[in-house]
Amino acid sequence: MLGLGTLPIASALAGTGQERFSPAPKALAGKRWAMVVDINKCDNCMKCQRACHAAHNVPDIKDREEEVKWIWSEPFEKVFPGLENKYVGHGAQKHHCMVMCNHCENPACVRVCPTKATYKREDGIVMMDYHRCVGCRYCMAACPYGARSFNFQDPRPCIKQKNLEYPARRKGVVEKCNFCAERLAAGLLPLCVEACPRNVLAFGDLENPHSQVRKLLTTRLALQRRVELGTHPNVYYLV
Amino acid sequence: MLEKAFKGSRLYRNWLLCLLGLMALGLFFYLIQLREGLTVTGMSRDVSWGLYIGQFTFIVGVAASAVMLVLPYYLHNVKEFGRITVLGEFLAVSSVIMCLLFIIVDMGMPTRLFNVLIYATPHSVMFWDMVVLNGYLLLNILIAWNVLEAERNSVAPPKWVKALIYVSIPWAFSIHTVTAFLYSGLAGRDFWLTALIAPKFLASAFATGPALLIILTYILKRYANFDAGKAAVQKLSLIVTYALVITLFMIAVEFFTAFYSKVPGHMLSLRYLFMGIEGHGKLVPLMWLFVVLAVFALVILLNPKMRRNDGALLLACVAVFVSMLIEKGISFVVGGFIPNPFETVTEYVPTLPEIMVSLGIWAVGLFLLSVFYKLVVSVKAEVE
Repeated sequence: MLGLGTLPIASALAGTGQERFSPAPKALAGKRWAMVVDINKCDNCMKCQRACHAAHNVPDIKDREEEVKWIWSEPFEKVFPGLENKYVGHGAQKHHCMVMCNHCENPACVRVCPTKATYKREDGIVMMDYHRCVGCRYCMAACPYGARSFNFQDPRPCIKQKNLEYPARRKGVVEKCNFCAERLAAGLLPLCVEACPRNVLAFGDLENPHSQVRKLLTTRLALQRRVELGTHPNVYYLV
Repeated sequence: MLEKAFKGSRLYRNWLLCLLGLMALGLFFYLIQLREGLTVTGMSRDVSWGLYIGQFTFIVGVAASAVMLVLPYYLHNVKEFGRITVLGEFLAVSSVIMCLLFIIVDMGMPTRLFNVLIYATPHSVMFWDMVVLNGYLLLNILIAWNVLEAERNSVAPPKWVKALIYVSIPWAFSIHTVTAFLYSGLAGRDFWLTALIAPKFLASAFATGPALLIILTYILKRYANFDAGKAAVQKLSLIVTYALVITLFMIAVEFFTAFYSKVPGHMLSLRYLFMGIEGHGKLVPLMWLFVVLAVFALVILLNPKMRRNDGALLLACVAVFVSMLIEKGISFVVGGFIPNPFETVTEYVPTLPEIMVSLGIWAVGLFLLSVFYKLVVSVKAEVE
């Protein structure tokens, strides 16, 4: 009995000195993941949102004030307040922009979280540990982008079709977009990128000069939200 | 010593029973909140902190203001405060306990409270707020109890208590400074992103706390046969006057910076609070009530003749307390969230459960305060 009971410990000790967890062979590796959103291509069809919210068990809360959302669309002038110009009647300003967590290089949410329930990974993804979050909502006060949602109520009754591959949250914790970390680990691109029929969204490693996102950023002027705050967002908007 | 606290008149016992009833009611609504989640409050995705965190912030100030008795008495030998310094310390104890309760009821996952210790995160201001608040609570419990015990035995308090008292002075400033830093270090919230928050918090605390103490000394005189002395009340009223003037000055200069620079982010929250934007202005009447009360108090306090009149001073102190409760306990926190990062307005109005839970916590604070003050008054009566 004792022998069997200590077996897992013994095998764990045997692994010291090596990486205890190695990424799956197919996993996508990156140093600084980023999203590039081509505003002009987007027709606001919301297929990206539907795919994302279904896969991540994001509840469909009817009360607008208590909504939970990972990716959604806002008019240009709301996303870039102060950049709108009433004399230009065409171009990017007419469009809606898909918004999500910016996975900041310098995330305010991570700085303020009292339990490290939200933390930044080495590849730049700002993650949430739903099991550690105490629900103080300090991160929501700190996020300059309104990217975070709090589960004011039990989300489970509001999930239409549960995806058993991904955890559902419970009431009292904060959540947000995770750049589909679970899909990257399996070698897949984020769902919103895959679901978009018009190639609005592109995802890749900014540190890799041959990545699609790097190439796109050389083609046109790209905006980031509220750069003056020094957060260095990793979501870019091509205008 | 504690047994003295529960032997009292019928009025005193009924008062405690009333508070217990209010606590039970608060607990009942808190249980509903625990079951349903924070959806029972008026808070939203956009205004994610409300009455709870507002009240927390306000009461941290009340706790810190004990230093306005301790500092003059122990550092400048202001003898008038000798009789009432311990009242300030017990006020600090009761208010810090209220603060901790307000934090707990605001949490989405209160069962995970100790994650803040288990995963202590020094880069979070909230971690430091927890450290300074609990430290301040401990300091004041030790100080108040030992000072009172010494008084009862007609001896000087032990030397180590004196040392703790000196530590408690800068510590009092730290609790409100760190609480201010919860807000003034957030880049995305223009209304809070000003170095003026900590000094403004301290100034308004030093108006609110002594105003409350004056009100309490009146109550003790009327119902507990304890006279703090006219000289002490007058000294306190002077502190209230200066602190109120400084507070209102600091609130006013924010208006200059916002509306002269015309930077939209700086104007929007103030405009929402005092004028309303895009037809949203639920806090506007409350803000003007704040202005009226503050000006009313200022007129009385700045006029020495009126300030020396008991009735007028009492009215002024109530006005100071209520106006600061509005400014720091409600509008400061809510205003920071409006408009949201998309420059749209989601308004906030506290709900019945939220108000009842808050009242329950006030009842806890008043209960503790009543018991402590009963103790102090009994000990003093015994010694005299």
